[in-house]
Order: sequence, then structure tokens, then C-alpha cells
Amino acid sequence: MSASVSDKGLLSGRLFIDGDHACAEGAIAAGCRFAAGYPITPSTEIVERLALRFPLVGGTFIQMEDELAASITAIGAAWGGTKSLCVTSGPGFSLMMENLGYAAMTETPIVFVDVQRGGPSTGLPTLPAQADMMQVRWGSHGDFRVIALCPSSPQECFDMTIEAFRLAERYRTPVVLMMDEVVGHMTERVVIPPPEEISQEPRRITRRPPEDFRLFEPRDDLVPDMCPLGKGYNIHVTGLTHDERGYPVLNVASQDSLIRRLKDKLLCNAGDIVRWEARDLEDAEIAVLSYGITSRIAQRAVEMARAEGLCAGSFRLLTAWPFPEEAVRALAGKVKAIVVPELNLGQMVIEAERAAAGRCAVVSVDHAGGAVHSPEVILDAMRAAAGRR
Amino acid sequence: MSSQCENPVKKFLRTDRMPSIWCPGCGIGTSVNCFVRALMDSGMDPSGMAIVSGIGCTGRVAGYLNLDSFHTTHGRALPFATGLKLANPELNVVVYSGDGDLTAIGGNHFIHAARRNMDLLCICVNNLTYGMTGGQVTPTTPTPAIASTTPYGAYEPTFNLPHLAASSGASFVARWTVFHVRQLTRTIEEALGRKGFRFIEIISPCPTLFLRRNRLGDSVDEMRFYRDNSEIRNQCDTRETEIAYRGKIVVGKFVDRTRPTWREAHAARHTEALGARFIQWVGPEDDLRAPDEGMA
Repeated sequence: MSASVSDKGLLSGRLFIDGDHACAEGAIAAGCRFAAGYPITPSTEIVERLALRFPLVGGTFIQMEDELAASITAIGAAWGGTKSLCVTSGPGFSLMMENLGYAAMTETPIVFVDVQRGGPSTGLPTLPAQADMMQVRWGSHGDFRVIALCPSSPQECFDMTIEAFRLAERYRTPVVLMMDEVVGHMTERVVIPPPEEISQEPRRITRRPPEDFRLFEPRDDLVPDMCPLGKGYNIHVTGLTHDERGYPVLNVASQDSLIRRLKDKLLCNAGDIVRWEARDLEDAEIAVLSYGITSRIAQRAVEMARAEGLCAGSFRLLTAWPFPEEAVRALAGKVKAIVVPELNLGQMVIEAERAAAGRCAVVSVDHAGGAVHSPEVILDAMRAAAGRR
Repeated sequence: MSSQCENPVKKFLRTDRMPSIWCPGCGIGTSVNCFVRALMDSGMDPSGMAIVSGIGCTGRVAGYLNLDSFHTTHGRALPFATGLKLANPELNVVVYSGDGDLTAIGGNHFIHAARRNMDLLCICVNNLTYGMTGGQVTPTTPTPAIASTTPYGAYEPTFNLPHLAASSGASFVARWTVFHVRQLTRTIEEALGRKGFRFIEIISPCPTLFLRRNRLGDSVDEMRFYRDNSEIRNQCDTRETEIAYRGKIVVGKFVDRTRPTWREAHAARHTEALGARFIQWVGPEDDLRAPDEGMA
């Protein structure tokens, strides 16, 4: 089967494309019809493809004057009624922290993409890192939460972009796709199902008339519905602490109930949100916890360990945030050690240690970025953790 | 009889949020009154209008108007409105914010929104200071006015906002003071009927921080000052609309021209390049709506 194009301009079939292009196609397949961005390596190919493809499928791309503008423009478009995407890399992601917080506070369904490169500052523009993993969790001020996903291949860039839009719409929250330079620029086979087989998450539009509707009144799943604009709902949206009508109410009680609900709406729905992939863990003595591009190196290291008789397995984060805390805690009760390779000087390993809570050793295999690990380095750490020389 | 009449402006306000945060003598409320009367006079359907503000005293306007309203991050009202308008082209989108928000932290967005001729009405209440945070110097504070961060007097050159807007590409540029309520109302009404980036600067007193700190009296004194020192010069070259400290204030409608809006230019280019293959976004589709889950 080769690629084909539907009468609505939608691609399907077997393609040979890189992760950035796959992300763009995933957005189109998910029903996203607005994107804003500012050129930045190694993410630019995503918006370049959208600039090429959107005019053929009824979408709008706008290149803004900076990432502050790109992020809030995408948020404005989401409120206008379009599934909306905002694409960047580390330095731009730093500028977007302001509006990532605004999106979380205003419960805006929107997808951000951070194709990670080496940092801090300008760092390594064309080389990989996974060093924004804590930034996405903590980078905007205040006690906010978002969902973060970690694709490890172009196919997953496609699939997870669709999943990101599903989660954004279902939970009225920003979702961030945490890619990296290697995954973004790596070209592999990507299989796109026919359009009718791809489910597009609908927006939670209320059935209530304006007089009975409150934009921030949660339903049973702690998520409030939205409403169309221009229909007399006269909504108010603010980044200030607000009540269920959206009116600013600047006191302790209002802050407490809003900020706790924003946390709980992700944590209480973690069963639907949080995903991971366990492999060869049934008899494992050593587990390797990894995500993104590093998980592919880690898998090689696990196979090498098995080949020399070391019972190793892999725990791959598909969702970095919310962190699969209970699953990692259970894992820690079964293995001797959890080895955590990542392209930073130790970020998600902190979370793994916290979840393991002393039940097993947690070993960081860090890397300052610029390349992927060598599998031997991870294997050495596994051997050492298992008490082998 | 007359005592039973309701102020016609009232139904456009969120009266359940009154009193407002604005100080007695502040000009922002007057500007809102003019805006609402212009909206009424325009005959536009208010439910088809969205209002977007940034942060600051004028940034609170969105919260007091009974329209679809957005109080965004500091300086970002214009790019937010850009996304809102492009996603929902049927909406009439008005950006209503202050001089600090629009021209300091939002200055880059301001010139680019004008350059693109984004189809937005941008109202800037210029009170020459940051009111919300206590009266700091802004890009419009003239030398040598005292501000809390220029305790010995302001010394930086200022932005001439009509000129900045016009030279960046705005299709409609005007300025009035809050003394000129009738002219301002008429100009807002006129601008509501135009397309493209429309900029109206409203010179307005900050009695609490700017007037008092500079020992300029109260807002009534300032109304007299506006009356005596404003010079109506329609079609005036915007190079001549700079405001010096206690100098004359050139007011009027300076620019009114037709240029393609961003969306028109986008459609024209893509139609030329792609012909019938170009599909223009026309607004949210019905299928974005969730199926009825019986939970409403």
C-alpha cells in the first residue's frame, strides 16, 4: 500500500517521512486547522509542512513575530473554535511559559510541541537533548499542571499528536508533545490509517442555554464544558483566579478550589491519560526506565543484557506528566534497580526516585546532550546495578 | 417618568461586577461609555462581538463588558485577538487596552498587527502611566513628568502612537481625549464599520497617580486642560501628533484608507497559487460539537 490523498486533501497509507512531518500530518488527521509558530530549529519543519498542507485542507497557519505571540495566538484560535497547535523548541518554549500557564489557568484545549535541543540558552540548535522535561512540568510560574507525551519514532509523532488533541479536548488542558531533535529529524516509515479510521475528539460544547451555563463549572469528571462564541453566552475568560462564571475572585477560598481542581482533573483522570509500555519486566532484575529517543537505545541495551544472561526489562514512559507514579512504585517493589538513561543531567530520574521511595536502587545514566547514549554505557550501568562487574 | 428610565448602556455592562476597580475621576469608564454608545449606534449585533484586553487598569475593560470577553496575558491582547479572529472570522474582535500593555510589553505585537492589517479594532486608553502597578513610566510618559520609576522626571523620548500605527500600516488611525465624548463615540462607530487594523488612541487622565504626582490638579482640571489644549486636525500628518508635556494635543481622524486585511491577502495569494485547490477556513465546524451525552 502506498500513500493516497482523499478528496479532502487527507493523506493515508505508507509514507517515508521524518518525525516533524509526521507530527504535522498527525495534527491534520486530528482535525487541527490552526497553527502558529516562529522559526526555530529543530521544529521548523512542522510548521513548514503545515504552511504547505493547510491551504489544501482548509487550515490556517500564521508565522508570528515571536514565540510569545505564537503561543497566545494559538490559544486565541482555540477559543475561536478551532483545534489549535503551537510549535517550538527550547528557547521558544522558554518564551511560551507565560502562555502555557495562561492556557492551564483558563483551561484552554491546545497542543504545544517542543522539539527538544541542547540547552540552556541557545545551546545546541541542531542536536538532541531531553532537558526540558522539568521545564514543561514546572516552567511557568504558579502551581500548574499539563499533560506531556514522549514519542520515540516518527510513527509515534503521528499517533501521539492525535492523542495529544484527544487529551486536550477531553480535559480542557494544554498538552505538550515532548519530541527531540533525533525523533524530529529521523526519517522512517509512517503508516497513516484512512481518515474514517481516525477518531477526532469533539470539543466539549455545552447543551445548556446561556442563562444556565457556567464556563468553569466542572462536570463529574472535574472538567467544565465550553460554549461557542458569538452566540450570546457572553463568557469571561481571565488568567486571574476566578469563580465558575470566570469572574475574578481574589481570595484564599477561590484560589484553593480552583487550583486544586486543576490539579485533580488531571490526577483523577490519570487512568485515561497516563500510558507506559512495559517490556520483558516479568522476570526482570533490572528495569530501564526511559522515554523518547533514549528508549530506543535503552531497548538495545536491554537486549544486550539479556544476551549475556542479565534479566533486564524496559519501562517506557509514553506519558511523562502526569508521571505513572503507582506503576513505577510497583515496579520498584519487584526489581533490584531502576536504571534511568536520559539526555539531561538527571530530570525524570528524580521522579522515578520519588516514586520508588527506597524500594529499589534508582540509577541515573545522564548525558549532557548533543547525541544519544551509547548502549554500552547503559549496559554498564545495568551490570553495576546488578552487582556484576 | 424619566427616573424610571434605565441607562441604555447598562445592559452592555456586567453590573454584578460593579463597582469597578477604577478610581474616581479615571477616564477609562468614560471611554467605555463612548464605546458602548458607539456599539449601540452602529446597529451591530453585540453577540457577534468579542472583546480582548491585556493587563492593567484598561485591561479590566473586558471584564466589565457583557460580551464574549477575554482578559489575556500582559501585552498579548493583540496576538490573542489575532488567533481568535482568524479562527472565527465572523466575530467582530475589539482589543481594548492601555498604553503600557499595548506599546511597551506589547509593542512588538502592535506594530506587527498593524503591518499585517489584521482585522481588529484596537482601542488604546493612554493615561501616560502604569496605573495598576502604581504609576511607573511608560513609553508615552513625556519629559519631564514624574513617575514612580522616574522620581526626578521622565527623560526618554516617547512613542507618538498615531504615527507608530500609521507608519506600521494601520488602515484607520484616530485620537481623541475623554473630553471629546461625542467625537470619540462617532469615531468608534465609524471604525466599527471599517475593516483592517483600526487604531484609536484615547487620551485619558490618571488622577491618582499621574495628575496628583505631577501636581496637576484633579480630573475636572484635566478636562479643562483637554478642552483648552486640544487641536482638532483631521487628516493631519501623523508626524505632527507627538504629545509634549502639557503641550497641545492634536486630535481627530488622521488615517482612513483601504488595504487588504491579512485574511484577504492570505486568500488572494493562495488562490493565485493553488486555484480551486485552495480551501479557506471559514469558521468552526459543527462537527467540533460533542454528541449529546445526556449530561447537559
